[in-house]
Amino acid sequence: MIQRGNIVNNTARKSRILGALVLSTALVGGLAACTTTPTGGDSAGGTFTLWDPYPDRDASSTWAQAIDACATDLGITIERNAGNTGDTVKDLTTAASNLPDIAMVDNPKVSTLADAGLLTTTDENGFDVSDISANILSAGEIDGKVYGVPVGANTLGLYYNPAVLDAAGVDIASVTDYASLTAALEKVVASGKKGITFSAVGTEEGSFQFLPWFWGAGADLTALDSSESEAALTLWTDWVQKGYAPNSVLSNTQGTSWDEFKTGDFAFAENGSWFKSDADANGFLSIQVPGIDGGVAPAPTGGEFITIPVQKDASRYATSAKIVKCLSEGDTGATALGYVAPTQAGADAQLAADPTLEFWIGAVGDAKPRTADNLGVSYGIISEQLYTAVQAALSGSASPAEALATAQATAVENLK
Amino acid sequence: MSATPVTREKVTPSLAARGIAGGAASADAVPSGRRVRARQRRRAQLTAWAFIAPVVIYLVVFYAYPLYRNLDLSFRDYTLRSFIDGTADFVWFDNYAKVLSNSTFAPALLNTAVFTGVSIIFQFSIGLALAVFFFRNFPLATTLRALFLVPWLLPLLVSASIWAWMLNSESGIVNALIQALGGPQINWLTSPEWALVSVLIANIWIGIPFNLVILYSGLQGIPSDVYEAASLDGASGWQTFWRITVPLLRPVSAITILLGLVYTLKVFDIIWIMTRGGPVNASTTLSIWSYRLGFGGQSPDLSPAAAVGNLLIILAFIFGLIYIRAQRRLATP
Repeated sequence: MIQRGNIVNNTARKSRILGALVLSTALVGGLAACTTTPTGGDSAGGTFTLWDPYPDRDASSTWAQAIDACATDLGITIERNAGNTGDTVKDLTTAASNLPDIAMVDNPKVSTLADAGLLTTTDENGFDVSDISANILSAGEIDGKVYGVPVGANTLGLYYNPAVLDAAGVDIASVTDYASLTAALEKVVASGKKGITFSAVGTEEGSFQFLPWFWGAGADLTALDSSESEAALTLWTDWVQKGYAPNSVLSNTQGTSWDEFKTGDFAFAENGSWFKSDADANGFLSIQVPGIDGGVAPAPTGGEFITIPVQKDASRYATSAKIVKCLSEGDTGATALGYVAPTQAGADAQLAADPTLEFWIGAVGDAKPRTADNLGVSYGIISEQLYTAVQAALSGSASPAEALATAQATAVENLK
Repeated sequence: MSATPVTREKVTPSLAARGIAGGAASADAVPSGRRVRARQRRRAQLTAWAFIAPVVIYLVVFYAYPLYRNLDLSFRDYTLRSFIDGTADFVWFDNYAKVLSNSTFAPALLNTAVFTGVSIIFQFSIGLALAVFFFRNFPLATTLRALFLVPWLLPLLVSASIWAWMLNSESGIVNALIQALGGPQINWLTSPEWALVSVLIANIWIGIPFNLVILYSGLQGIPSDVYEAASLDGASGWQTFWRITVPLLRPVSAITILLGLVYTLKVFDIIWIMTRGGPVNASTTLSIWSYRLGFGGQSPDLSPAAAVGNLLIILAFIFGLIYIRAQRRLATP
């Protein structure tokens, strides 16, 4: 009986073992994929995690060095993860159960994350924001509570190519409002060159680039169908239809728009302070985007906020706040990332180190965050309709008035 | 065609396993073992399950669960907050109603139909023409055929970006050519009339090699004596093509078209890179719309996005059913 059973069992057992082996391999594989890497503290002051969206800045970059310097000062280890390349909102929400100590978030998204309950306020984490420039900081402010501080800011300006303007007989001092800018473009095009390039692409970038003209015309994001808003969109639409701006603005990102400008054929380009050194090298100069009847239009601020996401262990906030302070005070962090520093002292230090920054420091001082005016999470919904309206009008699918009326109606509907 | 006998012979793991264990048991046939045999059978069955367990686990983890999650997502009202506290109201078909009544739905569905239909027609007919052409085995045929595979080898990001450059309104080579010949500037990617055409051209170009390769191998499965007989009977090239090649290639054609349909329905990258579905909705297909809803704006509407995704799955499923029915009709003449 035993012997017989053995023979049978042997074959059966072999296949059983094989099966179990395969089964367990599959299970272990599945489990291994589920486990999260522990964030243990082996350094004296503990290990803190920081997420930033700059995968192009490796460990040897000045930014990484600035983080390391802060870690050394505070006697802790900062584990930097630059892997969350694109959508920080998506990355953070999917990591909701295991949030980093510090997260760098694109400024218009701070309110979205705050609304979802992912971020701590300065009341909770004890960070002092009194030094931070009020206009930049307001992107992180909702109903009087502050959910993060800017590491720095950049903004948009109007670059121009003096060689093209000279050849066309345009004096840059004459460009003071929308009408005189259009007149300048007309002269440039008549001289055989190209007028202006910008990015009106159907993404957030398109809204970002349209906002100086929109705000400069006196329009408000809560009323996309206002006559001021129509004036701004008509300006852009006319430029494209008359050939003052190329049709490619509809698909241009700010990078491709800059490439167009660098061909040397264009008189003007609306673009960001991040191209300053490239502009200096090419002899391009810049003015601020004018208002519809003169003056200066507020341009939107760009740049990330340093936020402290919610932790189970609230005692971590004290150290996290120190890290935030280290990265935002002075100008180390901002300069490493190519931003204008968020504090007066930092901006002064930057100006002392490089006097050519004066223009952009001034421009950031006049700039306005997209989520300001307590728009908060509504901004995303409004912006989506705004760039859609810009696309519709510039491509000729609808007139500016029609496009904006549709945009306003849809925005109101979606905001319900 | 040659694959059919293999698929007919359904060798399930459980049968095979039982065969092994049963063989071992009968080798020492002793009458007393009814209970033993029952136990053996149970063991054999367990063994069999252990063998198919990897497949079952794989299917559950990578297919059933994501599908269930997507369905669940589409029946709930998911917001960013839901990720934190884990709650989302069950709203039945609200998301589907919202999606179906949205002003983007009709153009997106129409664009998906046009994009898929036109892509398949051109990809298949050009692919078939090239397959027949290369089947004649002239000098350099292999080299040329290999060259036709290039679109397939390139990462989609690369080919879509290059198409976007070539079709650029101001600096693209296509417009440079048209204008050199005295034509007007065509705003390929940025005008509502041309945007869908542009992404279609790129997608057809990318899809030809797939059709070429499958149809070419299908042609090799057609016995050459049929062609010899036809040529002895004095059939013209055209007659040979319509009376022999097309009917005998039907099973391969069916699977090529089905795969093409499923691939094309879900095409996303080419359109997103070239036009981002724009201007406005001019080249927005269901998959682009789903992405826009879920990740495009600043406030993710994950539930409606999942609903659109499920509609796409249903569409693909319908085509799958049509294929199976057609296949069955072919099998039982």
